[in-house]
Amino acid sequence: MAVDDEGGGEDGSRTTMTDRGTIRLDHGEGGAATGRLVREVFLKHLGGPEVLEDAAVLDAGMRIALTTDTGVGRPAVFPGGDIGKLAVCGTVNDLAVVGAQPRYLSAGFVLEEGLAIDLLDRIVESMATTAREAGVRIVTGDTKVVARGEADGIYVNTSGVGLMPDGRKLSSASCVAGDAVLVSGAVGEHGTAVMVAREGFGLSGDLRSDCQPLADLAEAVLRAAPGARCMRDPTRGGLATALTEIASASGVEIRLREETIPIRAAVRGATELLGLDPLYVACEGRIVAVVPAAQAEAALGAMRAHPRGAGAARIGEVRGGRPGVLLETRVGGMRPLIALEGAQLPRIC
Amino acid sequence: MMGAPVDVRAKAEELYARIEGLVRGPVSLMEVCGTHTMAISRFGIRARVPANLRLLSGPGCPVCVTPASQIDHLIAMGREPEVVITTFGDMLRVPGSRSTLQRERARGRDVRVVYSPFDALDFARKEPNKLVVFMGVGFETTSPTIAATIVRAREDGVGNFCVYPAFKVVPPAMDALVASEEARIDGFICPGHVTTIIGSRAYEPLARDRHVPCVVTGFEALDVLEGIAMLLEQLASGRAEVEIQYRRATCREGNPIAQEMLERVFRRCDAWWRGIGLIPGTGLEPSEEFSVFDARERIDVEEPDKAQDLPIGCGCGEVMKGVKLPPDCPVFGKGCTPSRPLGPCMVSTEGACAAWYLYGGGR
Amino acid sequence: MCLAVPGKVIQVDGKAGKVDFLGVQRQVQLDLVPEAVAGDWVLVHAGFAIHRIDDEEARETLALLRKLEAETEGGG
Repeated sequence: MAVDDEGGGEDGSRTTMTDRGTIRLDHGEGGAATGRLVREVFLKHLGGPEVLEDAAVLDAGMRIALTTDTGVGRPAVFPGGDIGKLAVCGTVNDLAVVGAQPRYLSAGFVLEEGLAIDLLDRIVESMATTAREAGVRIVTGDTKVVARGEADGIYVNTSGVGLMPDGRKLSSASCVAGDAVLVSGAVGEHGTAVMVAREGFGLSGDLRSDCQPLADLAEAVLRAAPGARCMRDPTRGGLATALTEIASASGVEIRLREETIPIRAAVRGATELLGLDPLYVACEGRIVAVVPAAQAEAALGAMRAHPRGAGAARIGEVRGGRPGVLLETRVGGMRPLIALEGAQLPRIC
Repeated sequence: MMGAPVDVRAKAEELYARIEGLVRGPVSLMEVCGTHTMAISRFGIRARVPANLRLLSGPGCPVCVTPASQIDHLIAMGREPEVVITTFGDMLRVPGSRSTLQRERARGRDVRVVYSPFDALDFARKEPNKLVVFMGVGFETTSPTIAATIVRAREDGVGNFCVYPAFKVVPPAMDALVASEEARIDGFICPGHVTTIIGSRAYEPLARDRHVPCVVTGFEALDVLEGIAMLLEQLASGRAEVEIQYRRATCREGNPIAQEMLERVFRRCDAWWRGIGLIPGTGLEPSEEFSVFDARERIDVEEPDKAQDLPIGCGCGEVMKGVKLPPDCPVFGKGCTPSRPLGPCMVSTEGACAAWYLYGGGR
Repeated sequence: MCLAVPGKVIQVDGKAGKVDFLGVQRQVQLDLVPEAVAGDWVLVHAGFAIHRIDDEEARETLALLRKLEAETEGGG
């Protein structure tokens, strides 16, 4: 029962329902399908380290960090931001969470014939504002135009370079039993807002992306907790996916307590209605940090003292059990959190 | 919705203790609702109840039990130029014998996910040149919403909207499972929201004639635990009755308006349950009066040849009949995982195998 | 097969009502629960109200929802 290309597959002897031949939307969701694609195509040819962090830290005489991010998808403008702000924040935050100080960005655009220049103007203005807020400069760029129908409105790629302070080394593989897990605010905001804005579903209410630049929040955490193990920017795949990656890289168990994970009422309402799990819904303005137990209070305090970390919470700890993420539910049950295959879809069942 | 942690945990402990006290020998309770499947796994209930208590999943995932040939048929309809397929998100990835609605969308067919059948009708209003087909999958919680949508379509004169009927009805399927004696079923955890519509009296023949206790149960952790405790209490005292745990949303009579809507718009037919087979009188299709809303009447595309429902080696049939628990299936977690699913129970997020895999079975 | 969520009817407009779910609102069709009025709590499935939650149960529901909000907003 293979799912295969048009007209094929008369034989009943195939034994899987998976299509391997073409890119599916699931490959872009940041879950298990994305992971496989990265390993089986990109890393196969390009090589890479054992553990992939949010940015590459390089020694070029001085230590720098380099990362890239592409803003795609609709709608280009949504409550709380737009595709340009998203691209800038994505790049800045990826640099910030590896401990770099973001400095310079490039911006490459692919524009579809027929795109309103007013819309482009709005997006670029937003990028400029966000870059100023983040203390970075967009110093180089490129623009390509493709025929109508060959791109979806506008795609924005931002690559970014940051400076690594001496001696600073964060790694997702360095967590040990006893460490504390912190998150800088309520989760599931961006993905919920964008899905509702894009699909319609007729929901209205206080749903907005949490998209924001976090370089100085990250810096504040690292000043308060210089021994921090690692930080992550929980974007596609949400909080749960980011933690599964950390648990896997370090080979540790991460234990979370469900009632400590901050989720705003409106996000809870919308995700309940649509049958989504907010733990797997993208954030675009949050940091998840693993810090030694002795520095947890200081790190949490630093987050909460910062305007972009006001809703921070301590949500769990690293333990010595089997590698993976376990969620202690409100009724004392234990639920493993694994990487989802791909996109969560709204459901009625 | 859950209350404050301390209250809930204390109450849960009370219920666990009650359950423990009631389990003597082996006992098997079956739920027939995907949301219960998920709840039991999500809340980690299996880890805390005595080993002698087996919590079985029945065929409670309407998506899992939709035959491959119906999906094939809908896909074939979707290839007609003016047809737009609208569907709940649940159905998007479920494979027919060769393709899925998601694949069809990737190939350029017009396939849209909607949250409500009413949104599909709205879409039809806005696109008079298209023929909008809504994939009608669901049990009695869902079929009245499509019935109401069809009535609105008629009232408002919307001619370009129709439904592919793949609805199923739960109580006769429960009866068939007990009668087949393939799995030992000592009691049923009855689906809460299906019962909101059909009323708890729908299970009275089952309790009376098959001597199987039935408790209509809600979906929060405390609901599920209380429902299990009530079933065990019935068994301990030799009773076989229909009781309601989910008092805040169900009653004996159900929703008479919804029932009347179902009777008006649909008629019973036989239905094929994927992995299980034909169960007479468990399907719903538009009645004579509303036959113009039946996509099979509107679109002249032959139903493809009946395809093999499940791949060779797939154990979904036995899992859905309660004969096996997911980990008992030889391919569970080995040849069959959410990223490379063999059967429908692993594809759908609320299928028994996916729920077990994702939530650890609650162990 | 039973994802239904409780919400509060904010206003009724013919056969539809605007229903609030923890601060998020949606139009909900009331064909199956035509007696619902503003202020009622209803159970919503696939964009339709399927049940009117009676007053006592509605109070309980509201209390639970409030506890849940306090738990996450306060602790977060």
